[in-house]
Amino acid sequence: MIEHIPPGVILIAGAVLVPLLRNPAVRNAYMLLLPLVGLWGLTQMAPGTHWAFEAFGYRLAPVRVDQLSLIFGYIFHIAAALSIVYAFHIRDAVQQVAGLVYAGAAIGGAFAGDLITLFVYWEGTAVSSVFLIWASRNNAALRSGMRYVIIHVGSGVLLLAGAMLHYRATGSVAFDKMTLSGLGPTLILIAFGIKAAFPLLHNWLQDAYPNATVTGTVFLSAFTTKLAIYALARGFPGLDMLIWVGAAMTAFPIFYAVIENDLRRVLAYSLNNQLGFMVVGVGIGTEMSLNGTAAHAFSHILYKALLFMSMGAVLFRTGTCKGSELGGLYKTMPWTAGFCIVGAASISAFPLFSGFISKSLIITAAADGGHWIVWMVLLFASAGVFHHSGIKIPYFAFFQHDSGKRPKEAPFNMLVAMGITAFLCIAIGVLPGPLYAILPYQVNFEPYTTTHVITQLQLLIFSALAFGFLMRTGLYPPELRSVNLDFDWFYRRPAIMIAHAFRDAGSRTQIGFMTGLQRQVKWLIAVTFRHHGPEGVLARTWQTGSTVLWVAVLLVLYLIFYFV
Amino acid sequence: MNDAPRDDKTYWLDDKRNVDKIWYGLLAVCALLFAADAFYHKHVHFGAESWFGFYGVYGFVACVFLVLAARVLRRMLIRPEDYYDKADD
Repeated sequence: MIEHIPPGVILIAGAVLVPLLRNPAVRNAYMLLLPLVGLWGLTQMAPGTHWAFEAFGYRLAPVRVDQLSLIFGYIFHIAAALSIVYAFHIRDAVQQVAGLVYAGAAIGGAFAGDLITLFVYWEGTAVSSVFLIWASRNNAALRSGMRYVIIHVGSGVLLLAGAMLHYRATGSVAFDKMTLSGLGPTLILIAFGIKAAFPLLHNWLQDAYPNATVTGTVFLSAFTTKLAIYALARGFPGLDMLIWVGAAMTAFPIFYAVIENDLRRVLAYSLNNQLGFMVVGVGIGTEMSLNGTAAHAFSHILYKALLFMSMGAVLFRTGTCKGSELGGLYKTMPWTAGFCIVGAASISAFPLFSGFISKSLIITAAADGGHWIVWMVLLFASAGVFHHSGIKIPYFAFFQHDSGKRPKEAPFNMLVAMGITAFLCIAIGVLPGPLYAILPYQVNFEPYTTTHVITQLQLLIFSALAFGFLMRTGLYPPELRSVNLDFDWFYRRPAIMIAHAFRDAGSRTQIGFMTGLQRQVKWLIAVTFRHHGPEGVLARTWQTGSTVLWVAVLLVLYLIFYFV
Repeated sequence: MNDAPRDDKTYWLDDKRNVDKIWYGLLAVCALLFAADAFYHKHVHFGAESWFGFYGVYGFVACVFLVLAARVLRRMLIRPEDYYDKADD
């Protein structure tokens, strides 16, 4: 029976009942049940399932199940369940409904067999997730959420326009591998690129995620960008350009991550950097690299959620997430600190942690393909990610100098969510077999070779050495209360100034026009007044004598004209 | 907010000498890892990889470059915390 319900629909439809359940414990249990039932439902679906029907002349395929969609489906369900446990203390129905609909839409998108269905879910993730930002209920979040939703709905519009052009060119809306020829696929690629936070299209991510609620950011970190990675892997595997786009993505955000003060924004930059690895995997397009993209998305969702959870707990307990105001929290939040370190080790790809067994598939695939420049960049980004995420995040939050803050340990539900996520990060790293078994293609790769373990440890430990060296010599830039300009400056400053200039010019023109008009009217009134007013020539009461004189003059003139 | 009762317990890391111990420990681990290249056969894709201690040197140089470049970048990009608040009005 459950295999006849499209994936994701259980969460979306189930969300409707959430506000009706008044008892918090019942509501939490119900919410947790939804992704678990959905996950079980997925296990009942055989790869190769394909539902299709005709509607409005299009052949739609709302559900297409294969290995690639399944692995994203599994991890989206797991991420939803973990995020829900992390949010057990929340009593805000807006966030709860938004979180469920958002997760459901992302899951549905991963199983969409045609571009129109994909579009519907694509927009679904945008309009549901923005409530996780607005739920912060402050001015910054309101504005940031507005920018976020405009950008994402815009991405959806591009996707739909691209899909229509693609349909006119090929006669099909099926969502399969496309070649980048013509405007249709180009628009679709841009739509995917916006959601995947390609360089210069990326700023919505660093703008919005740190403004979302403590629990909302954990949801957000899992779905939107990974749905885009899935869509790229489905639509554009082997597109050469993506190798370079991805390589730029791995390198460019980490410079920002080093100097950023808001630790949740640091994580948003490193999220962007990790997406770069996945995009490189899509671009290389070999079985190994696509496996790498899928595997890395899987482990990335877990460790990134874990890092956002730990920083969320810090924000929840201390009211701030700024490196300049934190430090020494390990004393009273040891569990959170420990879980954060597990997440940090995983994102840094330490042996025995999840990132090690997934990222290496992509880097090895790049080396196998002879892409040596890209390989050097990925290695640089790997060292860099350890530097700014692996060390900086735990160091500035939990260690460095003592901030004097003595917050309570994170709430129990947060600790449980972090504990399970940390367990999964380690389990995947220690036993990669089960994850490798569900990848889209057969895996012929052994991550734990002497060369790989030693070289990876060398890379990482020497990065730590660099951190220690820069700290002890005082070269390391201190955490400062500040914002750093990024590409969003262009639409947050000049664009606004231009808009304001237009508004001002408009009002000036209007004022000018009105004063001009007023002057004309005044003149008209004055002239009328002069001629017709009480003292006007035409309104004067004339004396009878002069009137007779004038009449006589007129008569004389008339006579003269008559005879002439 | 939510501060637990203040404790004046001193922790192991509060002592500067212990932080130094970690630093020297790290140096020792680095030395060992660097030397490890002498004791196994490295499987490589590119010539540079087979240089002795390539990964360690690359990691160190990469991170120092990253941080120093970011320092320069910050000088150009840094703005007061309420920079956008003013613009957004």
